Amino acid sequence: MRENSRPIRVLGVGLEIAVPIALLALWALTSAGSTSFYFPPLLDIFRAFGDTWLFERVSTDVLPSLARLFTGYAIAVVAAVVIGVALGSSRTLGRMVDPVVQFLRAVPPPVLIPAGILVLGVGSGMKVALIAFVCFWPVLLNAIDGVASVDPALRETARSFQIPARERLFRVVLPSAAPQIFAGARVSLSLAVIMMVVSEMVASTNGIGYFVLQSQRTYAIAAMWSGIFLLAILGYVLNALFLLVERRVLRWHRGARAGAG
Amino acid sequence: MLRVENLRKVYQEGTKRAFEAVADLSFTVKERELVCIVGPSGAGKTTLLKMIAGLLPPSAGAVYLDDEKVTGPPEKMALVFQDYSRSLYPWMTVEQNVAFPLKHRKLGKVETTELVRDTLQSVGLAGAWSKYPWQLSGGMQQRVAIARALAYQPEILLMDEPFASVDAQTRADLEDLVLQLRARYGVTVVFVTHDIDESVYLSDRVVVLSPSPTRVQEIVDVPLPRPRDQVETKELPEFAQLRAYVWRSIKRPETSEVPA
Repeated sequence: MRENSRPIRVLGVGLEIAVPIALLALWALTSAGSTSFYFPPLLDIFRAFGDTWLFERVSTDVLPSLARLFTGYAIAVVAAVVIGVALGSSRTLGRMVDPVVQFLRAVPPPVLIPAGILVLGVGSGMKVALIAFVCFWPVLLNAIDGVASVDPALRETARSFQIPARERLFRVVLPSAAPQIFAGARVSLSLAVIMMVVSEMVASTNGIGYFVLQSQRTYAIAAMWSGIFLLAILGYVLNALFLLVERRVLRWHRGARAGAG
Repeated sequence: MLRVENLRKVYQEGTKRAFEAVADLSFTVKERELVCIVGPSGAGKTTLLKMIAGLLPPSAGAVYLDDEKVTGPPEKMALVFQDYSRSLYPWMTVEQNVAFPLKHRKLGKVETTELVRDTLQSVGLAGAWSKYPWQLSGGMQQRVAIARALAYQPEILLMDEPFASVDAQTRADLEDLVLQLRARYGVTVVFVTHDIDESVYLSDRVVVLSPSPTRVQEIVDVPLPRPRDQVETKELPEFAQLRAYVWRSIKRPETSEVPA
């Protein structure tokens, strides 16, 4: 654990807040008199942001986007952990499927959209399926590795105390693999946002991605920028929430590592 | 009673890389006895202990616990590993670690808590229930592992070089703790160590192993008076003689003589 003195910590937090505000102020100042069609004054973008997202399009675009994002992401994480535990528990099985996994995850995700449209249509089902497919691989690979590398001493201890298989799974194997599973899930979360936007741009009638593209096509440039802003904020907030959960669940891991070091 | 009969272990049997770790081992441990197993490093001590614990199937021979053949980890046995940092679960508190093996026992919640706290108290960790293992020193972590094994209420406690990685003072404290706990819980103890002083200090009998492939070199009675004391016991001339005797038995396997 880092032992920072209080004033230094306060300064750190202060800078974390001050720097983004200063940058925005700089942007607002330099763009204030802008007559460029493509780069409108920041205040215009803010105005468009207020008009669009507070809260007119929340139910028509933001909520559908978020619903697809979370459904796809949740399906991916659950499936990847379940399958990862199975594959990670058996070395032979893990070896057998490894080439297939490596091959499938090498497919660049956006290229699946045409196939997805063909098979699943242009509805939400296709988008959820694509998000789930993309998010599946990082979690799967990390879960396999995490489960396979559970310390044999921990397994043997559980075995010698005759801990039933179910308990071993939930209280020994999964917690031990959790740091790696979380690492994979974090990568997947940013992939989920990307896939959500891309799928909405190609084939959709609503969603944030659809809105950004539609604004650009109708020359509503400030609105387009406001959509980009919203996506950035969304990504930032999702990551922050993720870290919050991770920090709670893996508190022991940070402590144990600090203790060992 | 624990009976080890003609135990043999060959790793990767039937291949070119076959390695005979344990050749032929037989000995018995009586009820409430404390037996130390000593041998030169690489003598297959851990292999032997894992076979006794039912974690490793022997290539030949068998282990009997109260005349029942050991085929998997027996309910009447509990293990304390050498590497406490890898055998305690870092995501569980001290209390959860000790209570974990008790979950499938048919104990009430109140009883379990009472048993766990009582055992933690007996190893001198009364105040550390809610701490995590990594917040404790090495010696204290090993106390948690001992408490976990004792709370399991085994007839036999198997200890695999449990104090090999703690400092000398802590080690002496933990040795006395083992003696104290054995008196209190009436448990049989099989204690693997490579430390000759430790083996003589703790034991009723010392089983001396030969270098690998392992056989029983000899079994030495330790008739030192109890209770034992780190200072008084170790200044007895009998202690020095036994210590020297075991030492020679390990170093020069063929020429050891019975002590006067």
